[in-house]
Amino acid sequence: MRDETIHKVLLLGSGALKIGEAGEFDYSGSQALKALREEGIKTVLINPNIATVQTSEGVADEIYYLPVQPYFVERVIEKERPEGILLAFGGQTALNCGVELYRSGVLERYGVRVLGTPVQSIIDTEDRELFVEKLNEIDVKTIRSEACSSVEEARQAAQKVGYPVILRAAYALGGLGSGFCDNEQELNELAEKAFAFSPQVLVEKSLKGWKEIEYEVVRDKYDNCITVCNMENLDPLGIHTGESIVVAPSQTLSNAEFHKLRALAIKIIRHIGIVGECNVQYALDPQSEDYRVIEVNARLSRSSALASKATGYPLAFVAAKLGLGYGLFELKNAVTKETSAFFEPALDYVVCKIPRWDLSKFHGVDRELGSSMKSVGEVMAIGRTFEEALQKGLRMIGQGMHGFVENKELTIPDIAAALHEPTDKRIFVVSKAMHLPEYDIDRIYELTKIDRWFLEKLKHIIDIDDRLKSVTSIKSSDGTTASLMEAALRAIPADLIREAKMYGFSDFQIARAIGLENEVNRLEDGHSRGEKMHRAMLVVRELRKRLGILPVVKQIDTMAAEYPTQTNYLYLTYSSLDGAKNNVGHDVAYENDSRSVIVLGSGAYRIGSSVEFDWCGVQALNTIRREGYRSVMINYNPETVSTDYDLCDRLYFDELTFERVMDIIDLEIPYGVIVSTGGQIPNNLAVYLDEEHVPILGTQASDIDCAEDRAKFSAMLNEIGVNQPEWSALTSMEDIDSFVERVGFPVLVRPSYVLSGAAMNVCSNKEELERFLKLAANVSKNHPVVVSKFIEHAKEIEMDAVARNGEILAYAISEHIEYAGVHSGDATIQFPPQKLYVETVRRIKRISKQIAKALHINGPFNIQYMARQNDILVIECNLRASRSFPFVSKVLKLNLIDLATHVMLDLPVERPSKNLFDLDYVGIKASQFSFNRLQNADPVLGVDMASTGEVGCIGDSTDIALLTAMLSVGHRIPKKGGSILLSTGGAKQKAAMLDAARQLATHGYHLYATHGTSDYLTANGIENTTVLWPSEENSSKEYVTEAPSALELLHDHKIDMVVNIPKDLTSHELTNGYKIRRVSIDLNIPLITNARLASAFINAFIEVPLDTIPIKSWREYQ
Amino acid sequence: MKKAKLILEDGTIFEGWSFGYEQEGDHCATSADTSGEVVFCTAMTGYPESLTDPSYAGQLLVMTYPLVGNYGVPPQEKWESDRIYARSLIVSDYSAAYSHWDGRESLSEWLIREKIPAITGVDTRRLTKVLRERGVMMGKIEIGDASTTTNLYKPATEYSSINWVERVSCRSVVRYNEGADIKVVLVDCGVKANIIRCLVNRGCEVIRVPWNYDYTEMDFDALFLGNGPGDPNLCGEAIDILKKQMQRSDKPIFGICLGNQLLAKAAGATVYKLKYGHRSHNQPVRLVGENKCFITAQNHGYAVDAQTLPADWKELFVNMNDGSNEGIQHSSKPWFSAQFHPEACSGPVDTEFLFDRFVASIKK
Repeated sequence: MRDETIHKVLLLGSGALKIGEAGEFDYSGSQALKALREEGIKTVLINPNIATVQTSEGVADEIYYLPVQPYFVERVIEKERPEGILLAFGGQTALNCGVELYRSGVLERYGVRVLGTPVQSIIDTEDRELFVEKLNEIDVKTIRSEACSSVEEARQAAQKVGYPVILRAAYALGGLGSGFCDNEQELNELAEKAFAFSPQVLVEKSLKGWKEIEYEVVRDKYDNCITVCNMENLDPLGIHTGESIVVAPSQTLSNAEFHKLRALAIKIIRHIGIVGECNVQYALDPQSEDYRVIEVNARLSRSSALASKATGYPLAFVAAKLGLGYGLFELKNAVTKETSAFFEPALDYVVCKIPRWDLSKFHGVDRELGSSMKSVGEVMAIGRTFEEALQKGLRMIGQGMHGFVENKELTIPDIAAALHEPTDKRIFVVSKAMHLPEYDIDRIYELTKIDRWFLEKLKHIIDIDDRLKSVTSIKSSDGTTASLMEAALRAIPADLIREAKMYGFSDFQIARAIGLENEVNRLEDGHSRGEKMHRAMLVVRELRKRLGILPVVKQIDTMAAEYPTQTNYLYLTYSSLDGAKNNVGHDVAYENDSRSVIVLGSGAYRIGSSVEFDWCGVQALNTIRREGYRSVMINYNPETVSTDYDLCDRLYFDELTFERVMDIIDLEIPYGVIVSTGGQIPNNLAVYLDEEHVPILGTQASDIDCAEDRAKFSAMLNEIGVNQPEWSALTSMEDIDSFVERVGFPVLVRPSYVLSGAAMNVCSNKEELERFLKLAANVSKNHPVVVSKFIEHAKEIEMDAVARNGEILAYAISEHIEYAGVHSGDATIQFPPQKLYVETVRRIKRISKQIAKALHINGPFNIQYMARQNDILVIECNLRASRSFPFVSKVLKLNLIDLATHVMLDLPVERPSKNLFDLDYVGIKASQFSFNRLQNADPVLGVDMASTGEVGCIGDSTDIALLTAMLSVGHRIPKKGGSILLSTGGAKQKAAMLDAARQLATHGYHLYATHGTSDYLTANGIENTTVLWPSEENSSKEYVTEAPSALELLHDHKIDMVVNIPKDLTSHELTNGYKIRRVSIDLNIPLITNARLASAFINAFIEVPLDTIPIKSWREYQ
Repeated sequence: MKKAKLILEDGTIFEGWSFGYEQEGDHCATSADTSGEVVFCTAMTGYPESLTDPSYAGQLLVMTYPLVGNYGVPPQEKWESDRIYARSLIVSDYSAAYSHWDGRESLSEWLIREKIPAITGVDTRRLTKVLRERGVMMGKIEIGDASTTTNLYKPATEYSSINWVERVSCRSVVRYNEGADIKVVLVDCGVKANIIRCLVNRGCEVIRVPWNYDYTEMDFDALFLGNGPGDPNLCGEAIDILKKQMQRSDKPIFGICLGNQLLAKAAGATVYKLKYGHRSHNQPVRLVGENKCFITAQNHGYAVDAQTLPADWKELFVNMNDGSNEGIQHSSKPWFSAQFHPEACSGPVDTEFLFDRFVASIKK
């Protein structure tokens, strides 16, 4: 039974989204809070991630937008006095913070009990040595290194662990002297070399090519255990599980292997003493039942979120209940609501998780996949065949791929190398290789070590594709696309289409394979390429419907249909021959009452689109439900709250392609579809859905198109007399040159229809422009390049608003701290604006009103402005919710999405009386970067977005809000008397930084500066020490030899903070600045690369001593 | 691949492709062999174990997990008997290519060798829902195009009218691990090999006797009642011998699955047929009166009516999903049984300790 002495519980969140710690913890935290509140327990949440669902009204009783760090957590404990604390729901951030509070005695001092897994168990799993020792006690095998100091010892160690072994020279950088040995002779040779580098050599069993398998295990305080799910990585050991395609359940394990590892997982969780949930990762020999335990995570994880979504078993919810003292047998299966929570889900489908990378956003980053994680998001696809799940997943990652086949041709110079050393393109390289006669499955296996079962399945997709391709060419009988369908109907056997659909082919893949795309291209010259692709796809769709080949809707019910369930957790599949033939087998009976409102989700998290759109989607669902409509969500991102089946009336965990969305619309026959809360993916569907007469709620498709299409938008602005930076869509170099001649450098260059500035850049001179255009031309072969005048030293201002029939109902104006040039997703934003002229605000309001009216806006929208003095220019307008909606909604305490949803549902709303000028406090949104995960990437900010997450903090003053926000994203206040390294860029930036530098000097900080900056500081009477740029270190110049080297100072940990401002925005080479910036990141030294942000931060920490920051919950800001 | 279909006795038809044995010539000639009781199993692994489990005799096995055949077929020493007992296998997506270090042949090759028809491409979820809602029923596999097959099926005999135990039990006494300290008589109603392994591994000599063999005069230390197919109400002979044994001796008895039902019948309780049985790896059972719960592997279509147990017997385990009986024990004598499969194979191994408990009760 539950522990009745607990009345108030503190839950630690995970802070900003970063690589390795993303939306999954919003999901697990939200679930835990729900589990607690259901018990009548008061909940307190610390999480500065303001865009999350868990930090929304009604999820926790008290919410603190403060850093998840021991100092702040202690202060909150001191104030709130909770009886219990939950550490397992906020990722590594929460876990580390909790362990620190435990070690420092804070928890004991305030009588706070850690609920669930005891801290000692956490420590046992986190500390490598303790962990190995602990598992040795129960004879469970782990990966261990034997330290050897002679060749003889190495030989003995190798014998003990068994060949093949890996040899590592200890204390040697960069893997010098390391390698694999298959036998003693190889070991002798390598060991000899290794001892030349190092006095100590580590011998470890080589697990190269072993399978990687995970189990999610749950234990209650009565020692009852279950494993909820197991998962198998498609990629063998060596690639981080976050970088691997993962399937659930395991596919290549026999019953004996499956249950051997399952039994071990239970043995381990019992011995460690977990109460709640943990994850056990194994390496499994592909040639025997031999195994090693890689690690145990004593907390909810990305894998547990995936397992919850893959099975329908709410791990976090159950783990929270177990933490309160319940036994598993006392809880119900959340899906069936009748059977017990003590059971193991039986799947009757296969799930495929695929990572989403955004490496092209980073200059200089290593693209090879390895033991550290680089992906920024993931998708989960569900199917009744592996091929279906995989092909769905490859479409879901949203990188222009149509599945495993029929994609644009990849250029891979060395396929063998690309197979052997995988990059983010791995799976497509396999596809390419399979098309070549010299790569049979054995060869691909040798190079990739991907289990042959997976390779055979992939090959199966190619075989079906080949059969589609062999269909006789389809020609229009009368030269129109209209007759193509009849021609296709004659040419292609219905069973072949059925089979293709069962194995995950999209209508477009089929269209391309049978040559329809080419035929449409020939017939419909003049349309854009995208439109032609769409037409070709429509032909197949029509054909398929004519033949009655339709997907069926299946439930995820945790019991493989063994017990009846009412679950609303759904996916679509072609399932089977008879399913696709007779259109039978739906698990859902549709009401056809026109009460469904479909909200389109935001898809995979990626740079530029993440948890904030999940928040928007969830808010829309809440309102729809409250207003008595049936809320329906389509989304496929397992890291989200919007894919929690509890949050809506029907959840389709499926693709957001036109094809799939229309399949669902055909079944739901909805009252309407909301496309404006899920970011760019649904926004881009609007026009196509409109063509099919789908009722789009809110702003109409033609108006959305008018905002998206640069030319139309521009014409509209001209018409209403609103300014914008001069721009032109250009197709030739001469045109570009003459345009630049007219407006002058710098210019901003970008392709149309982009989100978060992919392939966008600022060019300051002709050389840069030419070099960049070569790059961009590849990206947008069929599109003109848009060049616009780039205005320097301008303020950037955001308008987030809701309008009804073209009239603004509510709005929030916020101001960037950085000047224009830093992508709005990376900028630090303050709301309400603190330093805008009243006149500027007035003009922005007026222009926004004009635009809202001209575009007949009916719902949420966002306009980005640039202002120099009171000169206002429109940069961009999105007729959808923007990234900053949750931030401004929460600071303003006015839920703009709720309001917008009312508008879109055409319900009466009152104009909110709230106004941003009434606020007595300030909100700051700061960005989280993950450069430390992205080896070699230049951590400099530009017009292309690079941040992976954000926080929003509230304070009584800008300084307080900024300070807590900056601390929340990992900055640290340099210690008293500490040292700051400055290189403050060009003249304007140097001037902008002068006051801050003076403040630092006055307050006892020691300043180091590279010589230009140093000269400038000295000239202005600020004491400092000159340091050498990396390039100056070997220079013979006299003044240089005296000075210390910047890099050395960093390496010696003599620097507490680095301010390094690049002189211009375009330099991508390995410059001096790059080296300093990169070393700062690699050594975990706080780095700021923007003068205005650096000044603001320095000012904040000097003006506001940490212990004067008031500990106030969101509720307390009135 | 040839088209194939499953016809249920209620007239529902499922189409797919054949990937097992295909009888040459007139399909009608094979109809007797390809019909049986259609049952579904929700386990995600273990098709070689299930197919060779004699408890599936006379049944057409539907796997709810769609991907089957992935790891091929292991060598015979890893099977649960020496052949396939299920009449047919019905799956959603057969993996023609398999991959496993211990795989000796593909599932399809094996099925063909053992003359077992099989269908892939079936919406097994829809099929499962039919069985769940209308109860298990007879069905028949037909192979060939619509033009050559019928759409009607009337079973000649009902599954439950046949004494399946008699058909699968051994014909004579077999001894394993001869000379071991403990002698256990195992009543073979269709026993799985892993039960014998579990006993042998614990130092028992196993004396495997036919289901209706009178072992009461033999020299042994304990009695084991194994699993088996079909309706226990048809196993009168076995129950009579068991009653005789229980009257003359207090020697330990341990029963599994059908063994649980036979023990209950011998004690005087009744056994009834479940609507669609328990066939899975995820059945939760609770130790009655305790907070101890176990995930178990199950394969049974009949259950003990715990209400009918006499006073000196009590329920040992209960199913946490539907409350059905999962085991019984005598209140004073070392007699107990489990409806689930502590020997697993396939399935979770969490309750294997019951064998330890059995052996300990013998040594006492």
